[in-house]
Amino acid sequence: MATKAKTTKKRRRVQADEKVCIGCKLCEVACIVAHSKSKNIIRAFNEETPRALSRVLVEESKPLTFALQCRHCDDPPCAVACMTGALRKDPETGAVLHDREKCVGCWMCVMVCPYGGIQRDMREGKAASKCDLCLELDEPACVAACPNAALFVVEDED
Amino acid sequence: MDYVIIGNSAAGIGAVEGIRQVDQTGSIAIISDEPHHTYSRPLISYYLGGKVEQHNMYFRPKTFYRDYDVEPMLGNPVTVIDAAGHTVTVAGKKIKYGKLLVATGGSPFVPPIENLAGSDVFTFTKWDDAKALAKAAEKAERAVVIGGGLIGLKATEGLLNLGLNVTVVELADRVLSTILDEKASQIFGTHLKSLGVTLITGDTAAAVNRDGEGSVTGVTLKGGNTVEADVVVVAIGVVPNTVLADTAKVKKERGIIVDEHLMTSAKDIYAAGDCVETFDILRHIRRPQPIWPNAYEQGRTAGINMAGQPLAYKGSFGMNSIEVKGLPTITVGMYDAVGPEYEILAKSDAESLTYKKVIIHNDRLVGAVFVNDIDRAGIMTGLIKDQVNVKAFKHDLISDNFGYAVFPEALRKERLSS
Repeated sequence: MATKAKTTKKRRRVQADEKVCIGCKLCEVACIVAHSKSKNIIRAFNEETPRALSRVLVEESKPLTFALQCRHCDDPPCAVACMTGALRKDPETGAVLHDREKCVGCWMCVMVCPYGGIQRDMREGKAASKCDLCLELDEPACVAACPNAALFVVEDED
Repeated sequence: MDYVIIGNSAAGIGAVEGIRQVDQTGSIAIISDEPHHTYSRPLISYYLGGKVEQHNMYFRPKTFYRDYDVEPMLGNPVTVIDAAGHTVTVAGKKIKYGKLLVATGGSPFVPPIENLAGSDVFTFTKWDDAKALAKAAEKAERAVVIGGGLIGLKATEGLLNLGLNVTVVELADRVLSTILDEKASQIFGTHLKSLGVTLITGDTAAAVNRDGEGSVTGVTLKGGNTVEADVVVVAIGVVPNTVLADTAKVKKERGIIVDEHLMTSAKDIYAAGDCVETFDILRHIRRPQPIWPNAYEQGRTAGINMAGQPLAYKGSFGMNSIEVKGLPTITVGMYDAVGPEYEILAKSDAESLTYKKVIIHNDRLVGAVFVNDIDRAGIMTGLIKDQVNVKAFKHDLISDNFGYAVFPEALRKERLSS
């Protein structure tokens, strides 16, 4: 945090186009692999137990399907509600980031996220789990994995 | 000082962050009677139970005051506010303020109980309470918790994690009666009993029993029964702490009265958090709504206003998330409603201890209860907050796979495109 920083209005999130989503859930697979220890699809699914959670959720009401994850809000209700300080909007990237070490799994964020974009991770003690935009990668794993360009990154700056 | 903030918790920190969104140079002092770096009060039950260590108790990083250029003045209470002279008095010293925020929080309500004063009896709202209780619990085997509300049950969880036998005594006929409907309370009660908690309802403490050395031996209830215990936690409830605000003669009812910019009846004095009462947008009344997200948001909004940028606070509504050793439970808005104008949809499963209920009024969602099945509950909170017409999909609201896929296309796009 820069000294006396203003809140940035930079915002970046993954957007879905439900018209071209084919409901294959490869985005969920890619998310699980990206957040596994090994980053290897076979090991992530077969050897790492309990398996990493997908932070993107494919919603279905056939024939409609679309993927949904954290919208990285300008003014995230989850960060307002977070009683531990584990959820914060990162002023540099605009991403809403979660510090698992600080989180106690009180589920205030689950209570207030209007997108239902926060999951409960019950592995090794309970904690929230959410999209981190794969900041260490060139592009989010879900976007890279989508075979029909139904997921794309939207970025805007105020 | 350009800004003086009294209170170092959610509302106080929110105010610092709000002020700095607008004003990066004005001087800020934050004053608290507690000596600690800003910490999270709701974490004290986790601390008590050994689930959170000291270093994870802090609400903001250790560098927070420096990063935001705030002068922390911790460990001494403000004793007097002089509204006319624009000063507060701390440890005998007067500090001049331009704008003042009163974020003094709530105080535990302690009813008259005979023999209460002395060792082994605790309230449970501050970190030091948890530290003292943890120390007493080291040599204790049995605890009695007076009050089966949120604080009492979180204290219970902490004590269970320390291996104590816990009895909860609740005056109402069920636990969590101020945040859950009867059915959800019953499920919660069943869960508590399965954890080994002894639950006594419809009764409360009349006297603390002590031996010749003054150590607690138990509690005698109004109904006449005695509960043996080595420690007693009094967790009846919390009331707005307006003692300091009274010295500035600001208007109050149950809590400090503020206008939509969070200013009190005294010029340049603002108030936020558990010490105030604000407009409940679902019940259409003013009342204290002492929950963490409200406190932070009020504090931040007050800060933005104090820094000169008018921003209206529209009010809020009650919501709670509580879990006691499993059984995650969330309630948002109304949890009960009687009358033909309300439509209630509910489903439950006794075996899995799950329960979902929504309350609809004029095709708008006004309340929801989720027990042991809370995933995506926030979608419901959003619908309540924005008073979205749910007529087209109301029967899907309690379905297992509830999500945006059941929304009408236009509404889904509107809500997901932002």
